[in-house]
This record gives sequence, C-alpha cells and structure tokens, in this order.
Amino acid sequence: MADETAPPPPPPFVGPLSDKDRIFTNVHGYQDWGIDAAMKRGDWDNTKKLMEIGQDAIIDIIKASNLRGRGGAGFPTGMKWSFMPKESKDGRPSFLVINADESEPGSCKDREIVRHDPHKLIEGALIAGFAMRARAAYIYIRGEFIYEAKVLFAAVEQAYEKGFIGKNACGSGYDFDVFVHRGAGAYICGEETAQIESIEGKKGQPRLKPPFPAGAGLYGCPTTVNNVESIAVSPTILRRGAAWFNRFGRENNRGTKLFQISGHVNKPCVVEESMSIPFRELIDRHCGGIRGGWDNLMAVIPGGSSVPLVPAREIMDAPMDFDGLKALGSGLGTAAVIVMDKSTDIVRAISRLSYFYKHESCGQCTPCREGTGWMWRVMERLRTGDADLSEIDMLHQVTKQVEGHTICALGDAAAWPIQGLIKHFRPEIERRINENKGSAPVMEAAE
Amino acid sequence: MADAVHIPDEAETRARWGAFEWTAENAEQAKTVIARYPAGRQQSAVMPLLDLAQRQVAAETQTNGWLPVPVMEYIGRQLDMPYMRVYEVATFYTMYNLAPVGRYHVQVCGTTPCMLRGSDDVFSACKNKGLVKGGTTPDGLFTLSEVECLGACANAPMVQINDDNFEDLTYDSMSAILETLATGGQPKIGPQIDRQTSAPEGGPTTLKEMVSENHDYRGSWA
Repeated sequence: MADETAPPPPPPFVGPLSDKDRIFTNVHGYQDWGIDAAMKRGDWDNTKKLMEIGQDAIIDIIKASNLRGRGGAGFPTGMKWSFMPKESKDGRPSFLVINADESEPGSCKDREIVRHDPHKLIEGALIAGFAMRARAAYIYIRGEFIYEAKVLFAAVEQAYEKGFIGKNACGSGYDFDVFVHRGAGAYICGEETAQIESIEGKKGQPRLKPPFPAGAGLYGCPTTVNNVESIAVSPTILRRGAAWFNRFGRENNRGTKLFQISGHVNKPCVVEESMSIPFRELIDRHCGGIRGGWDNLMAVIPGGSSVPLVPAREIMDAPMDFDGLKALGSGLGTAAVIVMDKSTDIVRAISRLSYFYKHESCGQCTPCREGTGWMWRVMERLRTGDADLSEIDMLHQVTKQVEGHTICALGDAAAWPIQGLIKHFRPEIERRINENKGSAPVMEAAE
Repeated sequence: MADAVHIPDEAETRARWGAFEWTAENAEQAKTVIARYPAGRQQSAVMPLLDLAQRQVAAETQTNGWLPVPVMEYIGRQLDMPYMRVYEVATFYTMYNLAPVGRYHVQVCGTTPCMLRGSDDVFSACKNKGLVKGGTTPDGLFTLSEVECLGACANAPMVQINDDNFEDLTYDSMSAILETLATGGQPKIGPQIDRQTSAPEGGPTTLKEMVSENHDYRGSWA
C-alpha cells in the first residue's frame, strides 16, 4: 500500500490566469509597440543580467520550465536549443531562425506578438541566440503580414539604436544581429527546412532529413528554427523562473499559451490563458459562449486546420493542452480553436481545408502533389452527395497512403482532417449520398 | 496547369519593360536588402527584390503591380542568378503577380475560419459590384482573388486590399469599402465593427488596465 498519510499533490492550475501572470500584456495593442513603451512594460530590463546567467544555464532553465514549442509540434524548446554545437570546430557560424510564417488556418497569435509586442520577440531572439551560440537571427515573417513586417523592421531598428542588439549587445560583449526576411505567400515555408530554403532565395520545398538543421541548416550552418511564441516567452521565463512557468497547466503541458478562437463563438478573440484550461471555461470566459448556446455546438478543430476535428460532446470539458487533446485523437497544434455550430456544413468545412492543402502543396512529393488534389475532388463530391458509399472507405484508404509518405508533414496535415471527418461524421456523409440517389431509407413512425 | 495565369512575354512587354531599372531610392533600398545576407549569399535577396520591383511597377503603372519577364531578368543579373532561378521563385510564391492586376487587388480569404464567419457574403458583395474572381474590372480598378488563410482568423471574415487588412466584414461593410475605394476614398483599416484588434467585441476580458494606460504589471509579480 502507498503511504496514505502523504498529502495528495495539489491539483494542477488550469486557469483562469490572472493578469499579473500574463506574458503578452499588450497583446491587443491598446498601447504603443515602440521600444520606450515596451521598456516601461518590462522588456529589455537589464537583459545583460539575464545573459550573465550563462549560455548553458539559460538552456537548463528553459528545459526546467518544460516549455514545449508553440509552433504546433510541441517539441521541448530547451532540448532543441541544446542540440546546437557548443563550439564551431570548422569556423561555420550558427544561426537562429524564428518562424513567423503563420499561415495555418485558424492561427493568428504570432501576428499579435509581432505587431503589438515585437520587443518581446527581439529580446527573446537575443537570449535564445546567445544561449545556442548563434551569430544572428533571421525572423521569417509571412509576406501577407505587411503592416506587421513594417512594425518589426522598425522595432529591430529601435533595438539597434539602443545598442541592445548588434555589436556588444546590451553591453554583454556578445555580438548578435537580427534580420527580418519577408516571405511571399507560401504556407509550406512554415516547415523549417522549406523556410531555410526560402531564406536562401529558393522555392520553399522542404529538405530531406537528415541532416537536421542543427547540423546543417541555413547556408549549410547549424541552425535552430523556433516559433515566435516560443522565443518571445523565454525572457519572461528567465526573469520569473522555471518554477513560475511550471505553476500553470498539467504535468508535461506547462505554461501559459495564446489561444486564438475563431468560428461560431459569440466573440472570437486572441487571449493568453493557462495551459490545460477546460474548453468550456475558455469559451465562456473570453468568447461569450457558443453561438446559439452549448447545445448548438457541433464540432471543434482545436489546434489549427491540420488536426482532426473533435465532436461537441467529447471536447466540451476537455483540457486544452497537448496530452488532453491527443487523448481525443486530435492535438493542440498552435491552439487555434475553430468552433463549428450546428448550422455548419461540416463536409464543406473540411473540403475547404482539403482545397487549402491542394493549393499549398509544394509539388515535390508525388503522394502529396497528386493526393491533395485527388482528395479535394472526392471531398467535393461527398459534399454534394454525388458519390458511391464505397468511396468513403476508398478516400480513407487514400489518406492513409498519403500520410507518412512525404518528406514533410503537409501530407499528414492534409490527411488528418479528412480522417477526423470520416471517423466522426460518416453518417452525415452517407446521408448525403443516399439522398442524392433518392433512395434515402424512409423513416416511418410506428403505427 | 490549366488554371495557371498567362505570363506575358510578348514584344509589347519587352518594349515597355526592357529598360527597367531601379529608381534612385529603390537602388539604395536594394543595396540595404542585399547587405542583410552574408557575402556570396546574395541570392537570398531575390524575394525582397522581387517585392521591391513589383512595388516599383505598381507605382509606375498606378496598379498593384506585377512582374514582367524583363524585370525578373534584371533582378537575376543584379544577383548573379540565372533567370530561371528567379522565375522559379516568382512562380512559386503567390504574392508575386505574373500578370497585370488592377488599381486595387482585392484578396478575399476563403479558407474555413473565414468561410464559417461569412466569407460567402463578402464574395457576394464583390460580385454585386461587378468583380469577378480571377479577373479585373473593365475600368481597371479592381482585381478579385480568392486567397488562402491570411492569418487574421479571430477577425474573420477578412480581405486584404493592396497593403491593408479589412476585418470583421459583412456584406454591407464590404460593399461600403468597395464603394469608398471606387470614389477615391480611404476606408477605415482593420476591424469594421466596434472592436480593438483581436480583443473580444465589446471590450477585453483580460488586461483591462491596458486600455487606458501603459500598465506595468511587474509590481504585482510574486
């Protein structure tokens, strides 16, 4: 028997977060993004002291904070940084690439960081770049973020003028540059090796791994690619300590997170909350509830278009974190929550995502290039019911043949939403096919 | 490739753009851009230079700009890249226009989050103003494109017109925006409803001190 006198561990904190624990205090842009205002909010506050913690010690703190990458995959950030070489044996410099190519349908958090709190990102770039011994950071911002890129260019300029980056950054003796690179409209450039190709001035087609970017990335040099949010939270974690970050969320899912809620809620918004916050709490507290009430909820895509949808009854009280949503056969992704009420044409909603992946496939791997178009065309026929019942299984089988057979994860991302639809809404697809054939089984009331 | 745009490389295009070169200001800007990348890696500058060139063409033609073949060749020469490598990049990324567009490039997002919030109505508004997907209006004012997710999903549905986003649209507000542009006005950028950026409509549920002052929350850190 276990020792029954030991108190049970306290239940994890799952929200609501109080304002003092929010990292992105200017997330809605009520105040100036400029460097003076940002410094009054606490950015660039004695950054030199943070750097004096030491390169390996910084990585240890990030590891201890249990920060998982905020770009969708949830890979532990501190561990990722530790893969970078501690010294250059052949004279090659190292690079940090920051992924601001936010293009996942549903995601709109990096945009808020870049246009309203850019100095958190630039300070994070210095801290992260210093810890992994990088020579410079390239921030890859998607081309359509035109205003956001203007802000970012200007914010970098401000940081140079203050001596916070550049030669002897923050008086630390460390030289570090930050450059901004604008994309030009390609979802695939959010994939880390495609992004590296794009910075090199090529088509954004993902590279085969290995070699991994930490061995040979940008210009053949060791490179780490991190999401904007992962980088931007790191100075605050250093200031407040790993233990502080660990207070929020369930084990293995710690910290605070920017949630982006779109679709059929009364008030869509972007909000920073505790990890593991229950779905119902998130929606009721910040979004004014589901349009038409909770009984009107049909399904939710909880992590951006690439993850399978979850039907209403399963998600209502689920914890919004990596493991909680994985247990439901979906994922947290970027915490881009797409809510669909009962008025939604669910087949069309997913078919539109299939069109998205068809449009964004880079064309390099055959299963994805051909499969995404094929899947979309079948989805369009399922939408109108102009199909045979056997084609549902055939479509499912094709998604399985695309999934896992491509260089990057775009093939998987195209397959999963369809698999989720078939898993949870097969009766709806069958109904359309039957109705289209005019042979819908007639349900007669018992005499 | 049936839906690929026709890329003009006829005699007229060469005659019009064969002598393309940077304006003095853009020549400086091009140098600044190239300096962002390590020596010998000037190819990295191809994307920003294509964008710069498209903007220069935009200014010269009073449209939203495009990339004639001679302009791409010019950039290739500047960066010591084969033309085909430039062309590859220009055709891969959607923001480079390979054919002329109108004064305003109306890019309506049609991806699922916008679709759920009514992008169909936004397209209807465009249609009723005579805009046709993939085409330019006869007066040369509007080119309409359906684009994929532009990353403003909490403010759906939305449209990007040239460099500006218009968000939280309805049929009526989209119609009003097109009317304002057609008469030479400048519509209000950003959310078209009573809302601060991506905060919930009607006011924020968090960080309320920030509304009126640049609040420093460090005092309550514990």
